[in-house]
Amino acid sequence: MKRKLMSIAVAAAMTGFAAMAQAQQGKLSDDVLKIGVLSDMSGVYADFGGPGAVLAAKMAVEDFGGKMFGKTIEVISADHQNKPDVAKNVTQQWFDRDKVDATFENLNSGVALAVSALGAEKNRITVITGAATSRLTNEDCKPGTTIHWVYDTISLANVTGKAVVKAGGDSWFFLTADYAFGHSLEKDTGEVVKATGGKVLGAVRHPLATTDFSSFLLQAQASKAKVVGLANAGGDTINSIKAAAEFGLTKNQNLAALLMLVTDVHALGLNTAQGLYLSEGWYWDTNDETRAFAKRFEARNNGKKPNMNQVGVYSAVAHYLKAVQAAGSDDTAAVRKKMGEAPINDVFAKNGKLREDGRMVHDMYLFQVKKPSESKGPWDYYNLKGTVKGEEAFQSMAASRCPQFAKKG
Amino acid sequence: MTEIFGVPIQALFGQLTIGLVNGCFYALLSLGLAVIFGMLNIVNFAHGALYMVGAFFSWMLLNYAGVNYWFSLLLAPIGVAIIGIVIERTMLKWLYQLDHLYGLLLTFGLALVLEGAFRHYYGSSGQPYDLPEVFRGPIDLGFMMLPKYRAWVVIASLLVCFATWYVIEKTKLGAYLRAGTENPKLVQAFGINVPLMVTLTYAFGVGLAGLAGVMAAPVYLVAPTMGSSIIIVVFAVVVIGGMGSILGSIVTGLMLGLIEGMTKVYYPEASTTVVFVIMAIVLMVRPAGLFGKEK
Repeated sequence: MKRKLMSIAVAAAMTGFAAMAQAQQGKLSDDVLKIGVLSDMSGVYADFGGPGAVLAAKMAVEDFGGKMFGKTIEVISADHQNKPDVAKNVTQQWFDRDKVDATFENLNSGVALAVSALGAEKNRITVITGAATSRLTNEDCKPGTTIHWVYDTISLANVTGKAVVKAGGDSWFFLTADYAFGHSLEKDTGEVVKATGGKVLGAVRHPLATTDFSSFLLQAQASKAKVVGLANAGGDTINSIKAAAEFGLTKNQNLAALLMLVTDVHALGLNTAQGLYLSEGWYWDTNDETRAFAKRFEARNNGKKPNMNQVGVYSAVAHYLKAVQAAGSDDTAAVRKKMGEAPINDVFAKNGKLREDGRMVHDMYLFQVKKPSESKGPWDYYNLKGTVKGEEAFQSMAASRCPQFAKKG
Repeated sequence: MTEIFGVPIQALFGQLTIGLVNGCFYALLSLGLAVIFGMLNIVNFAHGALYMVGAFFSWMLLNYAGVNYWFSLLLAPIGVAIIGIVIERTMLKWLYQLDHLYGLLLTFGLALVLEGAFRHYYGSSGQPYDLPEVFRGPIDLGFMMLPKYRAWVVIASLLVCFATWYVIEKTKLGAYLRAGTENPKLVQAFGINVPLMVTLTYAFGVGLAGLAGVMAAPVYLVAPTMGSSIIIVVFAVVVIGGMGSILGSIVTGLMLGLIEGMTKVYYPEASTTVVFVIMAIVLMVRPAGLFGKEK
């Protein structure tokens, strides 16, 4: 008994010393560094972010060494079920009760806009990877706290939209998911199309998670537009493309899937997806570094490769941890400043730069989906058609509609 | 060109045809639900999940065993029916004497378990299932190009619906079934094995869901959530048609498909809501549903 007490005392003393040693290196508020990953864990976007995003965050923490100033870094996660109100409640609890220092992922544009506002109110870093709406760095920008890491509707429009118009697709009809994301994507792509010399003939808006798209496609067919732009995502995009192939729409018109990921191509199959142009910020089969990461990731993710969003979470968490270390504290303003100073060079981005409006600027890629005969097996899906420099892909600061940066007059 | 409320008549016909195709899926699914509710008094919330399992079975048969569409049209529903038998024998049979709520909770839980299990192994974004070779390409109907496969869906599901209605309403077996649910003790006294009949009815009902799943696999996404997105509409169909009414579920299924198709032309944003608006109106005017009997 005595010996046990003794060892406890020794242990306590050692922790005390350890704490003193840390105090010299850096300071954490609440004595803990806690990261929250909020995503759709079980719904239509669960493969886009979901458990894979949580895994990515954990891998980033492990690769960092698992400790900050001697304290274990904690990762917690929750399911927002694609409901902004649920997302807001969870995030509020995380900030007020669970001492969470920063939240990551936050896919679904509706969710992202809600938690971005909350993060600004509570002064916590809010990194958005999976949500696409460009409002996050424009009308609804929160430059001090909100960071938009992977892509946005403007970059999708600039890469895919521009490429399609240049290839001759100069009249467009949109099939749009009826919520914040779809509206942004339709608007931003429409602007790019018009600026590149094309015209927009119309749009039809469908509710999120629609099963049957055939009647919307008939309307698209009747519009006689050369290009049918799919301003939707995930299961909606997949069902639209399937129905388009079935109704023979692709004979006279072209499809442009404005947001499509490698996981969607996997779900669609190359027979149906072949030839589609799409834009992504990351693809696993780009170089040795990305292949090695994908291998490490899929071993822990039921054999599924990571997509750009999940790798984006890895990259953002890693960059955040480095910034906390460099700042010597988890104070929001200090960390945000450090995050903006250091360039981002990791498996996700090369020479990425986090701008003051919260936009992380990095290169985007234009891919074309391979023919079944070109593919060497599952997940071998893309041919690289072009790399678009970050400055061209993303909106320039001069065009910003964010009140803090917008040009007056 | 002639127009109706600003929509060319050709386009309207096209939309109505598509509405009919969707209506067939609704009819097929709500038929199974109606049979189960009518005979067993169970509100089978697992129906959507079993529809999803049917689609996944069909995908597994193709990808793991190389079994083509036609055989899985037979095999997958049988597989789903076997799951149904297990569910009925091990769980549902204890609930017949209790309030509806217990059956509803149990089947809802089962639906979540099935969906979760498939999501765990196959992810949420779904699996591809290519159209069978014979169905590639459309038929020209004059006012629209109807894909051959959709035409097949209409024909096949109308046949199945009619056959089911005929068996239950017009044959001796159907008479036993209906009598067995009215007064099981008396029917048992005539030497008919009522528990077996109930088990087989449940198996048949969920088998229909499995069949709908196989038919849906080539056109919709084979994904764990495919059931939950359609089941709510299907429940609305059953409620509008009158719980347990077989003819009601078939007619209402087709009708709602058509109404949904029209909504997609005139006000697409409301296309997922219109069914529930109709449900609310019907419940206010006729609480037992259009074809239901007041008890």
